[in-house]
Amino acid sequence: MFETFRRWLAVWHRNALVWRKSARTALLGGFAEPLFNLLVLGYGLGSFVGQVEGMPYVNFLVGGILATSAMNAATFEGLYLAYTRMEVLRTWDGMLAAPLSVTDVVLGEVLWMGTRSLIGACLILAVVSAFGLASAWAWLGVLPLAFLTGVCFGGIALVVTSFARSYDFFVYYITLGITPMVLLGCVFFPCEALPEMVRFGSQFLPLIHVVELMRSWAMGEFRMATAWHIGIPAVYALLATAFAVWRLKRRILQ
Amino acid sequence: MNSSRDPVVRSHGLTKSFEGKRVVDGLTFSIQRGEFCGILGPNGAGKTTTLRMLVGNTPPTRGDLFVLGHRIPSEARVMRARIGLVPQQDNLDADFTVVENLRIYGGYFGLSRATLRERIPRLLEIAALGDKAGACISQLSGGMKRRLSIARALINEPELLVLDEPTTGLDPQMRHNIWCILRQLQNDGLTIILTTHYMEEAERLCNRIILMDRGHILADQSPQSLVRDNIEPHVLEVHGSRAECWHRTTVIDASLRCERVGESFFFYGMNLESLVQSLDRWEGVQYSYRPANLEDVFLKLTGRELRDV
Repeated sequence: MFETFRRWLAVWHRNALVWRKSARTALLGGFAEPLFNLLVLGYGLGSFVGQVEGMPYVNFLVGGILATSAMNAATFEGLYLAYTRMEVLRTWDGMLAAPLSVTDVVLGEVLWMGTRSLIGACLILAVVSAFGLASAWAWLGVLPLAFLTGVCFGGIALVVTSFARSYDFFVYYITLGITPMVLLGCVFFPCEALPEMVRFGSQFLPLIHVVELMRSWAMGEFRMATAWHIGIPAVYALLATAFAVWRLKRRILQ
Repeated sequence: MNSSRDPVVRSHGLTKSFEGKRVVDGLTFSIQRGEFCGILGPNGAGKTTTLRMLVGNTPPTRGDLFVLGHRIPSEARVMRARIGLVPQQDNLDADFTVVENLRIYGGYFGLSRATLRERIPRLLEIAALGDKAGACISQLSGGMKRRLSIARALINEPELLVLDEPTTGLDPQMRHNIWCILRQLQNDGLTIILTTHYMEEAERLCNRIILMDRGHILADQSPQSLVRDNIEPHVLEVHGSRAECWHRTTVIDASLRCERVGESFFFYGMNLESLVQSLDRWEGVQYSYRPANLEDVFLKLTGRELRDV
């Protein structure tokens, strides 16, 4: 068990070291951008909107921004960077010449994607806390949830990558998958604003549940009644990772 | 677990099909400890696929394969802890320096920091990269990258080193340099398997050659006996603008084997002295008279047609 985990960690460690080398630019993209969105939309648009679900609009937006930034970080890593490591730099081939299996590589990658989302969430949370927009207890829920969100969307992204023949392919997933999920994921407005049909459909996708939890957990409201939401991204994380392992085994070992 | 007299590689009826086409077709061979074995063949012969099966990076369609006593592919991961692989295409980590590359690769093998601290200086010495320890990969020449790839494959002190076309694309100086390193490794007792397109490389390095074509083994013996058993001892190659004219006007012993490739003529035989003398009077005809070599055998056994696959 420990030995298996050690192999995943070797892959994780390699990615962590690469990330550290370019941490400054990585942080700017992954952390400054969501913050700009939050502050500009939250205070700017918020001055027109006023209160939403009994809180100022900027507070309402915090959960959505935490959720989407966690999703985006892992998605970018799982699409573009993972594809680069697989097909362009052939980093995975190097790993597969060592005593690592495709499963080890995928699990190490997915763990790293969770970590990236976690790092992003840490920084955003620190800033929103400084603005007084998050509870002191928020980190207890937000950080583990950000990790799970990263694993979930990282896993899904790797499944997409397993079908990709070039970078262009990712446009389909981003335009037809990620963007609608954000727009219909109750990130910018409350779910009640969506038509019944759309709302029902959105329930089957992971993002809306992450947003729901982030929103209440950022405020320090941990309620058993809403805890079930975590099940959906967790199931997606498990299924997507398992499917990615199967797909990539077929692709790489053919 | 397995004694040192067991073969390093044992393959029986090894077959690999892609979409119904047999790329490797029923290979049976074994490689003993300390051997330096070259796998030769034209493009599409199945060399790389054979190596990929050997290291467990693609499962055989049929047949039995054991490497260092481990059944492949089921025990491939464990087996890979005991071998080193140098890929055809460098896949060094461009984000890291030379030393970091070795360190991170050692991490994949689960080697401790202390072990790595001890091994890395020795590996840098083998690869003659001591003064490049802190350099980025992009600052290295093609030959340096190749040497680093070899050093990296030695990080786990392997019992078997597998190289896929290690000198393709290198200049002659660098090629000789890589040969030196490989020869030294063999002298130190390492078992080595390599694929190559360069006959000179195979002739100089290998004490055993497996010649493949279309997924089959055509010959499996030492380079010397391969040449001795498969081709006439001497070759006369004639070319030049008037070679055609010379050929038409000269009486040539019909028992000589002759091949014509474009404007060149090749004659094979025991003694071609008289033919060589007939050439002396001709202007506009160049020739070379030499002992037959591995390349002649290679062309004879695999044919001269182009292989664009």
